[in-house]
Amino acid sequence: MPEIMNPPSSSRIKVRPATEREGRKDYITIKDYGFWYGQKKALDAISLDIPERQVVAFIGPSGCGKSTLLRNLNRMNDLVDGISHEGDITINGRSIYDPGLEVISLRRRVGMVFQKSNPFPKSVFENVVYALRVVGVRDRAVLEEACETSLRKAALWDEVKDRLDDSALGLSGGQMQRLCIARAIANRPEILLMDEPCSALDPIATGKIEELIHELKEQFTIVIVTHSMQQAARVSDRTAFFYLGKQIEYDTTEKIFMNPSQAQTEAYISGRFG
Amino acid sequence: MASSSDSSTPRGEPWVWFTGLGLIIGLGMVIGLLSLVILNGVTVFWAPQVPVAQVDDGRTIIGQLAQRRIRAGSTAENPRYERQYQVGLRELNGNSYLWVDETKIKAEVFPDDVLGLERVEHGPAFVRPQSLRKSDGKVVPITDPAFESALQAEVAAAAAVREKFEEITRHRIGDVNHEMDEARVALRRAEDLKLADEIAVRRRQIDGLEERFVVLKAEAQKIVNGGAVAVLDSKDAAGREVAIPLTQIVRTWFPNRLDTWGRTQLFASRLGEFIFDEPREANTEGGLMPAIFGTLVMTVFMSLLVTPFGVITAIYLREYAQNGPILRVVRISVNNLAGVPSIVFGVFGLGFFVYVLGGSIDQLFFSDQLKYNNNTPVFGTGGLLWCSLTLALMTLPVVIVATEEALAAVPRGMREASLATGASKWQTIRDILLPASAPGILTGVILAMARGAGEVAPLMLVGVVKLAPTLPFDGNAPFLHLDRKFMHLGFHVYDLGFQSPDSDAARPMVFATTLLLIVLIICLNLGAITIRNRLRARFKGASF
Ligand SMILES: Nc1ncnc2c1ncn2[C@@H]1O[C@H](COP(=O)(O)OP(=O)(O)OP(=O)(O)O)[C@@H](O)[C@H]1O
Ligand SMILES: [Mg+2]
Repeated sequence: MPEIMNPPSSSRIKVRPATEREGRKDYITIKDYGFWYGQKKALDAISLDIPERQVVAFIGPSGCGKSTLLRNLNRMNDLVDGISHEGDITINGRSIYDPGLEVISLRRRVGMVFQKSNPFPKSVFENVVYALRVVGVRDRAVLEEACETSLRKAALWDEVKDRLDDSALGLSGGQMQRLCIARAIANRPEILLMDEPCSALDPIATGKIEELIHELKEQFTIVIVTHSMQQAARVSDRTAFFYLGKQIEYDTTEKIFMNPSQAQTEAYISGRFG
Repeated sequence: MASSSDSSTPRGEPWVWFTGLGLIIGLGMVIGLLSLVILNGVTVFWAPQVPVAQVDDGRTIIGQLAQRRIRAGSTAENPRYERQYQVGLRELNGNSYLWVDETKIKAEVFPDDVLGLERVEHGPAFVRPQSLRKSDGKVVPITDPAFESALQAEVAAAAAVREKFEEITRHRIGDVNHEMDEARVALRRAEDLKLADEIAVRRRQIDGLEERFVVLKAEAQKIVNGGAVAVLDSKDAAGREVAIPLTQIVRTWFPNRLDTWGRTQLFASRLGEFIFDEPREANTEGGLMPAIFGTLVMTVFMSLLVTPFGVITAIYLREYAQNGPILRVVRISVNNLAGVPSIVFGVFGLGFFVYVLGGSIDQLFFSDQLKYNNNTPVFGTGGLLWCSLTLALMTLPVVIVATEEALAAVPRGMREASLATGASKWQTIRDILLPASAPGILTGVILAMARGAGEVAPLMLVGVVKLAPTLPFDGNAPFLHLDRKFMHLGFHVYDLGFQSPDSDAARPMVFATTLLLIVLIICLNLGAITIRNRLRARFKGASF
């Protein structure tokens, strides 16, 4: 197989062996989805299904609409003026645009980690338990328990357990990003969206976060946007390639990296454009 | 290439100089103003040597040099000066101040028996004391080495008596009067409504109060009559005998005997009186405590009013209002509000707050007061509350604009992070945006305070007066009397400078008061800046 394909860079890319990737029920369904910023169409005819407890990577050149699609999954783009959409996105069978569904409760089920770490100017503890405070949890024991579990899951507990009351702004960049992950999972969302979570981190911190994604996959459905082909290959089960707002190819990661059906995909993965 | 770099020099150095020049001119003016005020304001309390001067026309003058200026009509190359002396003894001399042509002064000596007196009435005096008739009848001549200490002791004793007298006449009788007023209103009401029981109770109360009043008056009289009063016998510059009872004397000093330490002590004592005492002599003497207090309370109260108003408005404008032409019009109007002359706010405050709002409050809650107290309004006249409200309205745009900018400057990431965890918009504003923009909001409040504390024109219409008999804060419930008129440093400057009957005596006080006002505003600002820096430190290191 490698001889047939032989894309110039594929030797660098290692794809994890396929283990029980198929056979799960689809969880997020995006159907004929289009999206406009004012007059500008940013997404066009997107259709993809994301199975439960899998990691899906969105790849594609800059400006192709990865973040836009990701931010629509928890309706973060509602903050932008003059947006409109067509088609539909359902999570667990229910449309996210269902008028009966409150955006707030949607966001409580769909956590998000941003490209730039954005801790609040509060203590580490308060950062982690913010999502719980928001829903009115007051019980100190519950908060402490949630704080520890989330920080442990985010592989940050050992580093910060003695400085929970210090400002979160004193952490290192990698620690801050893991703190943001801990904050995003503290209220146990079902889905975790990550927009280039490692772009500002060094390889060691990146490695930690990638390990983390493996572990979180046991509980969460994860959608990750990344510019690193290696990262997409390492962490994801399925990969979607976008170009100019269109979905070019969506398949298992193995297939996308080893045997893409579209020439554009192959060209992008092998680094010939993008 | 060469020509294009000619027309605008590559590094733009002329512009560096040009902008730097602007800074220098601005700084120069500010420093000039400040040093003028500080120099003139501080020296008011410094006691210089006092000469005895012989003038050509045969007069002798004992007085403190107040000013020196070029005579009108003399040429610039060959200037002739004239001097102004503060001679005091206004009741004898007619005027405290005297201009003398410098060339006419034959001789000037500084004898060390010249005595300066600050008096309760008629302003200061400069005399040459002869002897002191002590309260026990003994006479101490000036030649006695114990004269100075005996004088100090008698002045202190007289001051104690005067204080006791004042305590009775002003405070205790004042309290009785206050209760009496209330009782009379209640009695009139009872009579009107024919409440027999109430009438009897009130009558008895008034009788009791009248008794107390008589007792207090007798007590005060006893203080005045009780014990012989010490008298200082002296001669004035012209050699006339002057006898001054020591109860009239606030402070004495020998200007030509004092060493630097003595002068410093005198300076400190005068400064202390200026800050902590009440005004005397049509505000040209004594202290400014009521004005300082009034300015402070009014400014703090104004800040407490304007901050929530401004912040809430800004939150609505920035976070909730739909972007569009209406919002733009509102923004422009708010900004223009900042440019409206302050007197317009004063007129509005008088017309709306005082007459409409205050009038309605009186109708609703104080109708008895109005009916039975000769229509004397409570809130329907100028007062602390209306001043604070008027200034709050005036400084509202500053706070709104600052808050809007602070909210806009909160990194988008923080807002999104909060919303992404499922926080509602209001939770995001309350827990994330407001704390993060607190330093910026405080900057706005600082600016508002600075503007409000220095404002005078509108206050004259809505409650500041030349002399307020009572502070807006005292021991009678509800302690803080928002309906009372009060004194204000800014208005005090105006009043001293332009309304004073004795402009020469008022002049030094204008500077001293101005200095005090500036210092007060600086202190208020420093306080707010400290709070802001504390808040900022909490956000330090934020890397967004
Ligand atoms: N708030 C916005 N208003 C208008 N246009 C936007 C907005 N955000 C994104 N766009 C446009 O939508 C298109 C898709 O942007 P998007 O941020 O989704 O790209 P991306 O794939 O995430 O790129 P990158 O890899 O650089 O992050 C771009 O052309 C961009 O200019
Ligand atoms: Mg992006």
